[in-house]
Amino acid sequence: MKREPPRTLADYGPLLFPAAMLTVFFVVPSGTMIAVSFFQRQQGGFYTPAFVWSNYERFLSVFFGNVLGFSLMLAIAVAICCVVLALPFTYLLARMSRRAQVLWLVGLLSVLSLSEVIIGFAWSTLFSRTAGITNLLVAIGLMDSPKALYPGFSAVLTGMVYQAFPYTVLVLFPALVRLDPTLTEAARTLGSSPLRAFFNVVIPALRNTIVATLIMVFIFALGSYLLPQILGRPQHWTLSVLITDQAIYQSNMPFAAAMAVFLVLVTLALVTLTLFLGRKGEAA
Amino acid sequence: MDAFQNKVSRRTVLGAGVAGVATLAMPSLLRAQDKSLKIGVYGGYFKDSFDKNIFPDFTKATGIAVESVAEPTGEAWLVQLEQAARAGQAPADVSMMSQVAMLKGQATDLWTPLDMAKIPNASNLLDRFVNKYPDGRVGGIGAVAWYITLVTNTDVYKEAPDSWAAFWDKANEDKLGLLALVSNSFLLEVTAKTFFGGTDALSTEEGLLKAFDKLAEVKPNVRLWYRDEAQFEQALKSGEIPMGQYYHDVTGLAAADGNPVRSTFPKEGGIQDSGCWALSRASKKSEEAHIFINYMSQPAIQATLSRKVGTAPTVKRELLDLTDEEFAAVSSDIEPIIPRYDLYQTKSDWLNQKWTELIAG
Repeated sequence: MKREPPRTLADYGPLLFPAAMLTVFFVVPSGTMIAVSFFQRQQGGFYTPAFVWSNYERFLSVFFGNVLGFSLMLAIAVAICCVVLALPFTYLLARMSRRAQVLWLVGLLSVLSLSEVIIGFAWSTLFSRTAGITNLLVAIGLMDSPKALYPGFSAVLTGMVYQAFPYTVLVLFPALVRLDPTLTEAARTLGSSPLRAFFNVVIPALRNTIVATLIMVFIFALGSYLLPQILGRPQHWTLSVLITDQAIYQSNMPFAAAMAVFLVLVTLALVTLTLFLGRKGEAA
Repeated sequence: MDAFQNKVSRRTVLGAGVAGVATLAMPSLLRAQDKSLKIGVYGGYFKDSFDKNIFPDFTKATGIAVESVAEPTGEAWLVQLEQAARAGQAPADVSMMSQVAMLKGQATDLWTPLDMAKIPNASNLLDRFVNKYPDGRVGGIGAVAWYITLVTNTDVYKEAPDSWAAFWDKANEDKLGLLALVSNSFLLEVTAKTFFGGTDALSTEEGLLKAFDKLAEVKPNVRLWYRDEAQFEQALKSGEIPMGQYYHDVTGLAAADGNPVRSTFPKEGGIQDSGCWALSRASKKSEEAHIFINYMSQPAIQATLSRKVGTAPTVKRELLDLTDEEFAAVSSDIEPIIPRYDLYQTKSDWLNQKWTELIAG
């Protein structure tokens, strides 16, 4: 079949379906959210349609600045940890036999079937003083007495990395399978150690994939609101937690919407910046 | 093909005939079908208990069929009722609403004023369970009440603490589990009652700030600020987080199951929270709703709720046939701390902001 550029209106027909889906499931909800973020909050009631900036003004404070900063920092940390762990793992996985690959991938996919709640509760048990992993360390004599490893920042980070790791592997896997093995072979023939070949050849060849994966995990982690609640202290609550509080418990939709819009804008800005820097680096 | 169709139609006719005879034979079913009521109760344990222990008897007694609707906790249900009422719809005729939600609904005249002449049993109620509009119209009638008390793990604390002041004790560092929201933990009221002579101290902004300052001293003792009840309950049972605030009824059930936990009414009183039956203004079932609310206000039904659902009665103690033991399982004679619901309406954003900064800052 020959591919021709669309000429008549009917040729654009197949576009209608995705366009309708995009409108119904993306444009309309986002538009509603942006509209509500300008509505007037009625304390002790609901909200009335209006055009006010007060919801955004309330957000512009040191307190919310800190929460936003922490949320971004946490998401970046999760993205970096995931990629640093998943890249060598997936590289080795791509070189295994077909059978071993399938086993590993099925195992990883089954982690995806766990809900965030189950992951949170499981880790809080593993990190507890009464039933956690420190009891094992005490049993083999490495520690004197069991102690609680949560709530805390490292517990939140561990839980979130655990949750995002399978996605990271799944995104990296196709690129690593398709990676030309002759590249590393050539590097080895020219005298590189396997480790050096990995860092000097494999990583630069996968530069775009790695950046794309970082962005994906970053955005995925930014939306997390259950794990920071279950595994963290209040200072580890992300902006998503506070948005939920406002929307569900305070019925303050305008303020929740304003915070969400802000989060989307900051995310878009960061992603654009990353892509821009990436392109500049490529040109150099 | 023809034969098939004939068979179907004959079967249909037969079926309809059987159904018709059955309906005629059971007039109560006919009656129940044209009189019905949609009732919103908190989803999960509450709704299950009501479906099992309360609604079938109500239908039997009055002929009004009940369709129970699981409502979410928090204010999500209030928002849904309000939006639906604007469109003239009622997702539930009668709903069980929290006190803060009652006040917020009053602000938009969401609740149909109840005709007390049709609810004679309301005279059984304690005064504080009759929810009134500022102009005296009745917006809701107390459905059930429950207590939030001081709970401890009995393995870790051999002696039960007798005062909320235990939260401030330096010895309890990193040992407490407290509710995470200003509007469901009611810790400002606890602070005011324990240290400043009563919840009236919260009437001024100065008093509120003083309570916030005092409450800030608790922070180092708090290991967990929970939104999800299961999270704290589990930790309390295992002794991971051995002290905190929790629901008296559920703690009692856990102790009865053999878990090392106890619920104590501190000398300053337990926190008493309650739900009201309220009728949406969009509902066309006013008559049935009044019958239902009147039915629920009988001492016998309140006693059944205490025994089967574990809630504290909203009617006067002397009218109930509960034994002392049964009463103690759900309530206490110590004067309770009644939350300052008015504050969560008039100052909700300010309180919420201060609170979030206090615990997350």
